[in-house]
Amino acid sequence: MARLSPQNVVQAREVIGRYPVPRSATIPLLHLAQSQDGHVTQDAMAHIAELVGSTPAEVYGVASFYEMFKEHPVGRYLLGVCTNLSCMILGADEILEHVTGQLGIPAGGTTPDGLFTVEAMQCLAACGGAPCMQVNYRYFEDVTPASVDTILDDLRHGRPPLGQQVPDHGTLSSVKLPTPVTASDRVRPEVIHAQGAVES
Amino acid sequence: MSAVARTSIVFARMGQADAHTLAGYVRSEGYEGLRTALGMEPQVVQQSIAASQLSGRGGAGFGTAQKWSLLAPTYPRYVVVNGDESEPGTFKDRQLMERDPHQVIEGALITAYAVNATRVYLYVRGEMALAQERIGQALVDAYAAGYVGNDIMGSGWSMDVVLHWGAGAYVVGEETALLESLEGKRAFPRIKPPFFPAAKGLYQQPTVVNNVETVSTLPWIVRNGGEEYASYGGGRAPGTRVMCLSGHVRRPGNYEVEAANITFRDLIFDPDLGGGIRDDNQLKAFIPGGGSAPWFFEDQLDLNLDPGPVGAEGSMLGSGAVVVMDHTTCAVRTAWNLVRFYAHESCGQCTPCREGGSWLEKIMHRIETGSGRMEDLELLLDVGDNIAPGPFPHASWPEKGLEASPFPYKMTTICFVGPSAVVPMHSALTRFRDEFVAHIEQGRC
Ligand SMILES: Cc1cc2nc3c(=O)[nH]c(=O)nc-3n(C[C@H](O)[C@H](O)[C@H](O)COP(=O)(O)O)c2cc1C
Ligand code: SF4
Ligand code: FES
Repeated sequence: MARLSPQNVVQAREVIGRYPVPRSATIPLLHLAQSQDGHVTQDAMAHIAELVGSTPAEVYGVASFYEMFKEHPVGRYLLGVCTNLSCMILGADEILEHVTGQLGIPAGGTTPDGLFTVEAMQCLAACGGAPCMQVNYRYFEDVTPASVDTILDDLRHGRPPLGQQVPDHGTLSSVKLPTPVTASDRVRPEVIHAQGAVES
Repeated sequence: MSAVARTSIVFARMGQADAHTLAGYVRSEGYEGLRTALGMEPQVVQQSIAASQLSGRGGAGFGTAQKWSLLAPTYPRYVVVNGDESEPGTFKDRQLMERDPHQVIEGALITAYAVNATRVYLYVRGEMALAQERIGQALVDAYAAGYVGNDIMGSGWSMDVVLHWGAGAYVVGEETALLESLEGKRAFPRIKPPFFPAAKGLYQQPTVVNNVETVSTLPWIVRNGGEEYASYGGGRAPGTRVMCLSGHVRRPGNYEVEAANITFRDLIFDPDLGGGIRDDNQLKAFIPGGGSAPWFFEDQLDLNLDPGPVGAEGSMLGSGAVVVMDHTTCAVRTAWNLVRFYAHESCGQCTPCREGGSWLEKIMHRIETGSGRMEDLELLLDVGDNIAPGPFPHASWPEKGLEASPFPYKMTTICFVGPSAVVPMHSALTRFRDEFVAHIEQGRC
């Protein structure tokens, strides 16, 4: 499996319709492909290129630039420990060491059972709750080695970590793309003009 | 009792648990600013914002109405809201998007109406899942209730708002990189001129890019009038702004204050604000405006949070992020952490940033881990000078007779990421040279 499923193609076309230039949908469609396959595959990138009218190389160039896109499968739970300034001066290095120690993998690694991937993250915009970490892009602030243990234990037992719901998989930042597009998009002449202006 | 009254304008709904829902928002004057705006001519809305003297809260602090007035007179034209917040120390926009998403949407709509835009794109940082979901749900509800879409509130005016999110890259926050990203490309900042967004922005069309906090302030201004907003605070950037306070303070958090009326001492030590340094430790240094701002020290505590005096003293208020370090902090390690960040986030277009940043990072790392050489100190400054030539901004140090060197700096790069890697190295080395020497000679602090 790797090209977008028929159902996802329907969604992809809806997403493309939100922009006067189809290529703008590249990043949203990479998220869609990643949510389908758990990582971004070559076939998916080729398919996205077809859909948005660019080349597979261009899509790959985009996918490789942004850190959330993964070429290889990541764990069901992506643990992102912030290691930037405010967190670092309040113990982030110890938190990262604790997480990697508990799981027996280095930062960037995935446990053999595929349950956990650990990443050192840059400032997550939660510096007031330092040190902080994310589980599948949901926030956990003021973490300690003890609360990290609880989070890991909850996840291993299929419980919401510290009672907070997290997405089902480490490649899902959000579940769906919720923006509706109304009829006004299709009738607005400026938008059609935009397409012409840019293509020419 | 606190000496500093806190003021709630942009953060007015932070105490309201259901502010993120449409019902909760509408109950607290939600969409009233838009309704008022739609009853005015767009030019009158612009005049109201001009009277407010609102300036951008994303970092550069450019006058908001002035930015709008620079739009080239052609169509289509776009409004893009910058919700990529990722400057180290900054955490206000995420809170605004998660807890008051309709206010972001309402502010974006007011902007679109005032500048007669074709469409609005909200660009939210990729890692902010809850912000995406909250804004997404807010849009679904606002469309259904007729606050977005066709014939908004029966006014005859229509506007679409599209939620877009990124995928992890700090440089996207730079406005032209954000537009490249929104066009489905790698986030390479564009060269200005000619690519000022107001002239050649999204799809080469005139574009307004505004920060989340900036647009979130607009509904209040339209409801209460520009002059009323300008009567808060003072100095070069009147009004209130949200200061993100983190690090070694007792009460880290976001504080909306009449910035120009308070000092850094107030922000850090006031019992209703930062509450002082943890464990009664000594202040060592603080960063006044996000990771890319040169450092301040004890001597700068009595400066007001006003761009003018802060710039003259060698730094900037930038994104409004104040990071406090107490005397237990290792200056070399802290500076290395930030240098590493900017080096890591270089997009690679400019050689001085791509190569210079990673040089700085490597040299800082070897000093930090005890294998540095004394020549490395000159080498650091030399590499820094290739990225940002000439006098580099720093704070005054009266005890040593050092005068301030004012902000900003010259640069050999397309955007500010390159020089931002120089900032922490230069600040730490200027002030804490002895710590660098100790690391080199003894392998530790
Ligand atoms: C490297 C870099 C990163 C930036 N990151 C952000 C950001 O995350 N959010 C933001 O609003 N502005 C950021 N800015 C500033 C934007 O380029 C732009 O000035 C701002 O979004 C304009 O909005 P404002 O006028 O409302 O402040 C950044 C600038 C640079 C140079
Ligand atoms: S300064 Fe750095 S991040 Fe900015 S454009 Fe140049 S290489 Fe890219
Ligand atoms: S430094 Fe960790 S969230 Fe900002």
